[in-house]
Amino acid sequence: MSAEALLFYVFALCTVVSAGAVVLARGPMTSAMSLVATFFFLAGVYALLWAHTIAVLQVLVYAGAIMVLFLFVIMLLSMTEPEPAMKLNVARVVGALSAVGLGAALIASFWKLPTQPMGWAEDSARAAAFGTLKTVGEIIYTRYLLPFESVSLLLLAAIVGAVVVAKPRI
Amino acid sequence: MLPVPLPHTLALAAVLFCLGMVGVMVRRNALVVFMCVELMLNAANLTFLAFAQAHGDTTGHVSAFFVIAVAAAEASVGLAIVIAVFRSRGTVNLEELKTMKH
Repeated sequence: MSAEALLFYVFALCTVVSAGAVVLARGPMTSAMSLVATFFFLAGVYALLWAHTIAVLQVLVYAGAIMVLFLFVIMLLSMTEPEPAMKLNVARVVGALSAVGLGAALIASFWKLPTQPMGWAEDSARAAAFGTLKTVGEIIYTRYLLPFESVSLLLLAAIVGAVVVAKPRI
Repeated sequence: MLPVPLPHTLALAAVLFCLGMVGVMVRRNALVVFMCVELMLNAANLTFLAFAQAHGDTTGHVSAFFVIAVAAAEASVGLAIVIAVFRSRGTVNLEELKTMKH
């Protein structure tokens, strides 16, 4: 097993453990901290999938901006005390079981996929350029320019919407 | 030669998606439900990146980039809604917010 593959399995295990902590933690603060850890480990997984640009964006946007937003809201609502233990009811059990069933079905169907679908990575020049900022930026600013600009409009709408919704009186 | 077989990456994405889904189904704190939605979005991103690597196609990275942008917009508006609900009802427990249920 190569060092890359070994690192992938280590990061994958850490991701699953910290994501489980997000779901199972009692207090929202613990959940938020586990979520930060999940995002960092996922950034490692992304880098191992040769998606360097997205790995950096993951740390900047998710672990940086979005998590700060979550922490602000948790502290603003002062929800630092842990919740009481959850009670089981039919809806919860059915919901959790259906999620587990979906996961089993997904993994069973993914497992039938070929492990090395295309032989493109043998071309070492192409593999070295794959996922770098240059390649991704080039494709975003040429073929996907219109969607990219509409995303800026979406973010503007989100900013205005957030202010309108959260302010008590305008 | 890919360092990690494609099914293993996709299995990680599936596990992550299911953990997020279990959280959305089971948890009753609106903020934690939001965090679990973020987990599910990350699982979608992971799938995009895995297939992008397997096919040598950068378009998957562009899709992941858009998912991140949409997640940022979703988080800001969603958390604003949580604050507004907390201000008018004094709770973010989803079991106590039943006005829209029949």
